[in-house]
Amino acid sequence: MNLTLKIWRQKDANSKGKMVDYQISDISGDMSFLEMLDVLNNQLIEKGEEPIAFDHDCREGICGMCSLYINGEAHGPDRGVTTCQLHMRKFKDGDTIYIEPFRAKAFPVVKDLAVDRSAFDRIQHAGGYVSVNTSGNTQDANAIPVQKENADMAFDAATCIGCGACVATCKNSSAMLFVGAKVSQYALLPQGEVEAKERVQNMVKQMDAEGFGNCSNTGACEVECPKGISLENIARMNREYLKATTSTKD
Amino acid sequence: MATLDAKIPKGPLKDKWTNHKNNINLVNPANKRLIDVIVVGTGLAGGSAAATLAELGYNVKAFCFQDSPRRAHSIAAQGGINAAKNYQGDGDSIYRLFYDTVKGGDYRSREANVYRLAEVSANIIDQCVAQGVPFAREYGGLLDNRSFGGVLVSRTFYAKGQTGQQLLLGAYSAMNRQIGRGKIKMYNRHEMMDVVKVDGKARGIIARNLVTGEIERHGAHAVVIASGGYGNIFFLSTNAMGSNASAAWKIHKKGAYFANPCFTQIHPTCIPVSGELQAKLTLMSESLRNDGRIWVPKKKEDVEAIRAGKLRPTQIKEEDRDYYLERRYPAFGNLVPRDVASRAAKERCDAGYGVNQTGEAVYLDFSSAITRYGKEAAHVKGLNENDNALVQKLGKEVVANKYGNLFQMYEKIVDENPYETPMMIYPAVHYTMGGIWVDYNLMTTVPGLYAIGEANFSDHGANRLGASALMQGLADGYFVLPYTIGDYLSNDIRTGAIPTDTKEFDEAEKEVVDRLEKLINNEGTKPVDHFHKRLGKIMWNKCGMARNEKDLKSAIEEIKALREEFWKDVRVPGTRNEFNEELAKAGRVADFLELGELFAKDALERTESCGGHFREESQTEEGEAKRDDENFKYVAAWEYKGEPSDAVLHKEDLVYENIELKTRSYK
Repeated sequence: MNLTLKIWRQKDANSKGKMVDYQISDISGDMSFLEMLDVLNNQLIEKGEEPIAFDHDCREGICGMCSLYINGEAHGPDRGVTTCQLHMRKFKDGDTIYIEPFRAKAFPVVKDLAVDRSAFDRIQHAGGYVSVNTSGNTQDANAIPVQKENADMAFDAATCIGCGACVATCKNSSAMLFVGAKVSQYALLPQGEVEAKERVQNMVKQMDAEGFGNCSNTGACEVECPKGISLENIARMNREYLKATTSTKD
Repeated sequence: MATLDAKIPKGPLKDKWTNHKNNINLVNPANKRLIDVIVVGTGLAGGSAAATLAELGYNVKAFCFQDSPRRAHSIAAQGGINAAKNYQGDGDSIYRLFYDTVKGGDYRSREANVYRLAEVSANIIDQCVAQGVPFAREYGGLLDNRSFGGVLVSRTFYAKGQTGQQLLLGAYSAMNRQIGRGKIKMYNRHEMMDVVKVDGKARGIIARNLVTGEIERHGAHAVVIASGGYGNIFFLSTNAMGSNASAAWKIHKKGAYFANPCFTQIHPTCIPVSGELQAKLTLMSESLRNDGRIWVPKKKEDVEAIRAGKLRPTQIKEEDRDYYLERRYPAFGNLVPRDVASRAAKERCDAGYGVNQTGEAVYLDFSSAITRYGKEAAHVKGLNENDNALVQKLGKEVVANKYGNLFQMYEKIVDENPYETPMMIYPAVHYTMGGIWVDYNLMTTVPGLYAIGEANFSDHGANRLGASALMQGLADGYFVLPYTIGDYLSNDIRTGAIPTDTKEFDEAEKEVVDRLEKLINNEGTKPVDHFHKRLGKIMWNKCGMARNEKDLKSAIEEIKALREEFWKDVRVPGTRNEFNEELAKAGRVADFLELGELFAKDALERTESCGGHFREESQTEEGEAKRDDENFKYVAAWEYKGEPSDAVLHKEDLVYENIELKTRSYK
C-alpha cells in the first residue's frame, strides 16, 4: 500500500516542532508499524536527510519503550497492543497517518517522537518497592500463603509496562492509572502491607510534583492501555490514600 | 599474558561456595562508603547487582542505554525461573538441578559454578517473593510450578508468560529504593563506550550521553559488565533492537578473554520469518511445549496443499501427522532441550515438510491440551464431559489462563487465532551461552573487571536449559558477585576516589571520540542496517543451526570483506553532539562485524558437535550431535591481538569430578 505520513519533527527539547509530510510506498500489511518507519528512515538516510527519532526496543510489546500517538490514539487504532505490535494491516492503501509523540507536560520531547518519561521513574523512587534487603535467608517463599485471587489481581496490576499511554491519552495528563497499578500490586500482597501507608502518600506526592493532572474518571486510560490495566486500580489507590491520610495511628 | 586460573575453591563440591564465602576478605561497612562500583546494564544481572551492592553500602553508578532501567531485555523473558525448591515433592534437589544443567549444557560448563547456581536458586525465589513479585499461585495460596525442556521435574516458577517482566520489575524496585536513598546514581540513555584501565586494573569507563552526545568520564574501583548477550549479531533474533555486544567487545579488546563465542542458542519456538523488511523475531515461550504438540504432515501432498492454501492443518487426520519429537524422543517428547528441538525442526523442514510459504515452519498444536483441560474442568464442575462445545470452551479458558498473553501476541503478529488453528513456529536466535570468560569470582582476566549474567560464559555450557537464564542473572547479581567483589575491593579501602583527569582517561576518551568522528564523517552511501542485515545472513546461513568447515571458512572471509566495506561505505547522518540513534547503531554493528569473525573462527576450531554447536562433520548415524570429550573438553577463551583472525586461543580444561560424562540422550 501507499501512504501519506504526517510526522512531528522537533530538533530537541528547546526547539519548536512541526508536522512534516512524507510519502511511502510498497508497504505490506504484514509489516509492523515500526518496520514501516524503519523503511522510511533508511530511505531518508540514503537521500541524505535526517531520520526520524523514535523510541523502541523489544518490539514485542513488553519493554514499554515505544510511544507513538497515531491518528489521535496512543499506540494507534488497534486495542491491547503497543505501537511495536501494531501491524500495517490495520491501515489501507491511500491512508494519511498522523504520527505524534506522547504529549504531556511531564513528558518533555527529547527529539521528534521520543519523549522523556523519567517522571515515572522518580515516582517509583519515592515508594515503588518493598524495603527488603537482599540476603540468602529471607523467609521461605511458601511461608505466607497468598489467596490466588489476590495474587492474580496483584499480577494483573503488575503487568503495567510503564509506557505512558494512559498519560498521553488523558485530557488531564493524569498518571493515576500508572501509579494506581503499582500501589495496587503491593496493596494486594502481604509483603507490601507493612509500608502501605507511606508508600501511597509518597508516590502520590511525587506524582503531583511531576506535574501530572488529576483523574476525572473518563476511563480513556483504561481503553488505550496496551495491557488492559483496570480502572479499579485507581479506585484502590484512592482508598489506600484515604486510609493512609485519615487514620490517626500507624 | 594473563593465565587462565578459574580459582575454583578446594574441597567437596557441596562445600565449595560456603567455604569460599567464609574465607574471602570482606570490606567493613564504613569502608564500603569509600568505594565506587560501576555497573553497565540494568537487566536481571545488572539491576540485581546494582541494588545489592548499594544495599551493602558501596556507591554504585549504573548505566543503561534505554530511557529507564526497567526496559532492559530481561523484561521479555516469558516462561519462568528454575529453583531447586522441590515444592512439588517430585524428587528435585540441588544436585538434580546441577546435574540437569551440566547435562543440558552438554558437559561444557564448569561444575563448581553450576553447583553454586543450583545452591542459591532457592534463595532467589525467597528474595523475589519478599520483594512482592506476584508469582503464579495455586488455590491453596502456595506457589505453582510448571516444567520445562530437558528435565523430569516441575521446578519452574512463573508469572503467566511475563516472568522476566515481573522479576525485572522486582530488581528495578530494589534499585529504585537505592536510587531514592542516593546510593545508586542512575544514568539512563547512556552508552558505555570503553573501559579505562589504570596500572592494569579496571578503574572506570568512558560513556556517551545518548541525548546530548556528550562524552563523560566515570571513575570507579571496579567495573561490572552486565550488558547481556550478542544474539543480534544475526540481525534477526528475539533480542531487543538495542541489545548489543559493544560493552563486552570493548572489554575484550582491553584484555578480557572471550569464551566459546560459537555457543549460541537457537530457540525452537519462535514466530517464523515473514518478509525481507522484518526487523526482529518474536519468541513463543518454551512453556508452550508443556501443552503444545509439535508436528508436520506425514505426506508431501498434504504439505503442498497447505502451502497452496487448499488445506487447513485442522483438516489433516491424526494418523497423517508426524509428531516428530514424540517419535524420535519418546522419553522427553515435546520437552527435549532447545538445541535438540531446533535441529529436529530443521531436519523436517530441510526434508521438505515445512508448512508455510518459505518452507520453514512447523506446527505447535494445542487442540489435545484444550480437550484434556476442558474435560477435566467439566468433570470438576460436574458438567457433561461429552458435550464437545462445552469442553472446548472450558479448555480454551484454561489455556488462556496459562498462556493468554502469548496467544494474543501470536494473533497480533500472524493474524490467525491459535485457539482455533495450530501455531506456526520455527527456530530463531535467542541467547548466547558464550561470553566474557570469568573465574569462579566472576572476574574477567582484567583485575577489577567483572562480567555477570548473559554477558559471561559461565554456567550454561554449550546449551542453556529453559528457565535458567533468569536464574543465572539473579544468582550472579543478588547472591554471587556482591560477595566475591568484596574480596577484590578489600585492597582498595585506602585508594580514595579514582581521578578521571589522568592520561589513561585522556587516551581512552580520545580513542572513543576518534571513532565517533570517523563514523560521522565517513560519507558513505549505505545505512547501517544494510550492513547489519548482510552480516546476519552470513551468520545465519553459515554459523547457524548446522555448521561445516567449508562454510565457516567462507564466513570468515565474507565477514572480513563486509567489515572493510562497512568502514568504506557506511553513511551515518547528523552529528555526534545530539540524539543520534544511527550513530549509536553504527558503533554496535562495527563491533558485531569483528565479533562475528571470532565467532566463526571459534566454530571452525571446535570440530566436535556439542549442545547448540552442531558440526555436520561430527554426527551419529541417526543425525544426533557427536561430542568429542577427548579433544574438546575445554572452554575456548580467546585473547585479543588486533584483528579477530590474530586472536590467541587459551584452553581451560573442564574437570568433572562429580558427574560422569555421558552421551546426552533424551530418547
